[in-house]
Amino acid sequence: MTAILEAPPAALPVVRRPDGGLPPPPRPTGGDDGDDRDPEPRRPLLDNARLATIFLIAAETMLFAGLISGFLVLRFAAAVWPPPLQPRLPIAVTGVNTLVLLASSVAVAAAVRALSRGPASRVITRLKVAAALGATFLVVQGYEWARLIGFGLTASSGAYGGTFYTLIGAHALHVVGALAWLTIALVFVQSGRFRPERSGGLRACALYWHFVVGLWPILYVAVYLL
Amino acid sequence: MSATTVHGHAAHAEHEHHDLGFIRTYVFSTDHKMIAKQFLFLGLFMLIIGGALALVVRWQLAWPETPVPGLSLILTETGGIIEPPHYNMAFTMHATIMIFFVVMPILVGSFGNFLIPLQIGARDMAFPTLNMLSFWTTFSAGLIILAGFFVPGGHAAAGWTSYAPLSSVTAYTGVNWGQNLWCISLFIMGVGSMMGSINYITTIINMRAPGMSLFRMPLALWSLFITAILLLLALPVLTSAAAMLLFDRTLGTNWFNPSQGGEPLLWQHLFWYFGHPEVYILILPAMGIASEVLPVFCRKPIFGYHAMAFSMIGIAFLSWVVYGHHMFVSGMNPTLGLTFTITTMIIAVPSAIKTFNWLGTLWGGRITFPPPMLFALGFVSMFVIGGLSGIFMASTPVDIYIQDTYFIVAHIHYVVFGGSIMGAFAAIYFWFPKMFGRLTNNALGHVHFWLTIVAFNVTFFPMHIIGVGGQMRRIYNPLQYEFLQHQQHWNVIMTVGAIVLGFSQIIFAVNFLWSLFKGAKAPTNPWNANTLEWSAPSPPPHLNWGPKIPTVYRGPYEYSAPESKDDFLPQWQPATTGAPAGRH
Repeated sequence: MTAILEAPPAALPVVRRPDGGLPPPPRPTGGDDGDDRDPEPRRPLLDNARLATIFLIAAETMLFAGLISGFLVLRFAAAVWPPPLQPRLPIAVTGVNTLVLLASSVAVAAAVRALSRGPASRVITRLKVAAALGATFLVVQGYEWARLIGFGLTASSGAYGGTFYTLIGAHALHVVGALAWLTIALVFVQSGRFRPERSGGLRACALYWHFVVGLWPILYVAVYLL
Repeated sequence: MSATTVHGHAAHAEHEHHDLGFIRTYVFSTDHKMIAKQFLFLGLFMLIIGGALALVVRWQLAWPETPVPGLSLILTETGGIIEPPHYNMAFTMHATIMIFFVVMPILVGSFGNFLIPLQIGARDMAFPTLNMLSFWTTFSAGLIILAGFFVPGGHAAAGWTSYAPLSSVTAYTGVNWGQNLWCISLFIMGVGSMMGSINYITTIINMRAPGMSLFRMPLALWSLFITAILLLLALPVLTSAAAMLLFDRTLGTNWFNPSQGGEPLLWQHLFWYFGHPEVYILILPAMGIASEVLPVFCRKPIFGYHAMAFSMIGIAFLSWVVYGHHMFVSGMNPTLGLTFTITTMIIAVPSAIKTFNWLGTLWGGRITFPPPMLFALGFVSMFVIGGLSGIFMASTPVDIYIQDTYFIVAHIHYVVFGGSIMGAFAAIYFWFPKMFGRLTNNALGHVHFWLTIVAFNVTFFPMHIIGVGGQMRRIYNPLQYEFLQHQQHWNVIMTVGAIVLGFSQIIFAVNFLWSLFKGAKAPTNPWNANTLEWSAPSPPPHLNWGPKIPTVYRGPYEYSAPESKDDFLPQWQPATTGAPAGRH
């Protein structure tokens, strides 16, 4: 039955396997009975850390898809948005802050590029710059939150306040998490644990950082500008 | 396997156990087999609680407002009589516990952990520490869900679907921290399951033994792989919804509060966007297990291996576009309803392909009936009933009539009990020798099966009848409605069935515990099966195999292959005759 879906391997000359000396066999074709030879070991396309991070990003994307679609439903059901008598969101400051966060992603990318060429100190400097930019973003966001609460925008201020704090807070928590991961990676680089040829952990961290940064412009447009 | 390998093994295993000590071996273990056992015990413990809650519900429906025997010890102030808040809590928590803390830990947590490394030929998961964290996160979520029974106001009582605003406004159910803990628990469970699914997917993609191509994987692995992808993408949506609900209840946000610009229907959309892939998360591993067990006890290759794998992939894709069939009466646009009707009917096609392939596997086989095979056959037959009643509900006009009646309760139980739990029992009986190194008692297994399948049908089949007769789900007392009184005898029959069903699980518990300590020592390959886990000793030591992991030479279902002198040809056995293994 399987033969219908997948042709059996073409009839190859079958040799009794001697003790070594055969040329390396072709990759197993899979499906059904192969021929009489030892398959070669598997060579993964991507290391475990990066592969797992890609799946983590997929899950996080679904989390934010849930939050953002919830927000859009409420946003477009409202007759007037932002609702009257509510503080306006700080578009300009947050716009600049968006650039700060994007710059941190550039620094992380530069650090990963410096892994294979240049001294380790360059990687460390660039990671430090990225972490500092990320921390700056968080501080500015925190300051703006404090100001907004002072103006009277709280989580219970209708759909407007609730969605704002849920979405932006969820992203801020992710930046905190990514920053912690980046700091750990930085410590590992400083202690010499990531050599250029074994840098999957750092590359995975960079991937996650890019995700958290890349998410922000979407949230900025949806929550602040729309 | 040569004797020297086995020796190397044992010495190695002893060494490991000596090194790790009790805590690292049995509690905070990173060994996938120990974590699998932990998930299994968690699931079986929760099964007792979830089952007891079901009996409480059934008692109330058969003999409303009479004292439940033994319950007076817990409900002292009412003398064991179930009052409406207790009843709401019981059916809500029965479903929540069964779905999130019984079926998912046993099928995905336990058998996922146990089978993935053993069947792909890996020594452990890709991330053993993450694996341990995943269990303890799930365990914490379990503790939190149990803590909800002890808080003032009682546990969540808005149904397992927790529709807003019933769930989001405390005054509607009178439940305060119970519902909050429900949200927190599912949130944490979501994090734990995300860790697990990332680990499963990475392991299956990257850690397969030499020669284990994707289309040489046993179908159980295919099912777990697809389940992990569904879990990965579906649970975060529930996590986001649970966070919104929790914030609505505690921080005063207004996600689901229409008076402040919120939208109650948003909860239904988010919940069912998760919820429908979730039901396939519950059933796919059981499908995989049945596909493993049937060929072994038919001594035949699985019928249509590729069709089986692709139909699971098809089910996984379609599961994202059918969720609206839960919401036909929510006031959705009829055109959209029609779309969901059509997609739901399409998803029956890959399910039917699987069913016919199981029948094709049975056809002409030399069938034997040990307990795992009985439960696998129970799974196939009960799943057919549950699947067919699902097609009834896919059709909007029929669904509007039977929406929220006992017909849907019958459907979900035929799929989740008749499907997932039967699959779980098949898996436990089948892999118990490998997991614990001992054989289970055959006679007790037979008694357990026959009592279970008969009592199951007595309990759940009449639900179709009273559902079409108009009995609504979640009602407290059917006798309050004149038009339901004439079918009350069915409620009594179903409750008697449920009590028999519940107590016949004692036979399983006795068999399980007795075999755990006193069962006959299991050989390496007690069922003469082909897949890689049967090449490791029973139970497999730490790191599963000796110095060398097995190499895979063929697909997993070469039973009664003409080129083999036995009636099975294991995946790890090189072809020694020199004859091409081309029997096609």
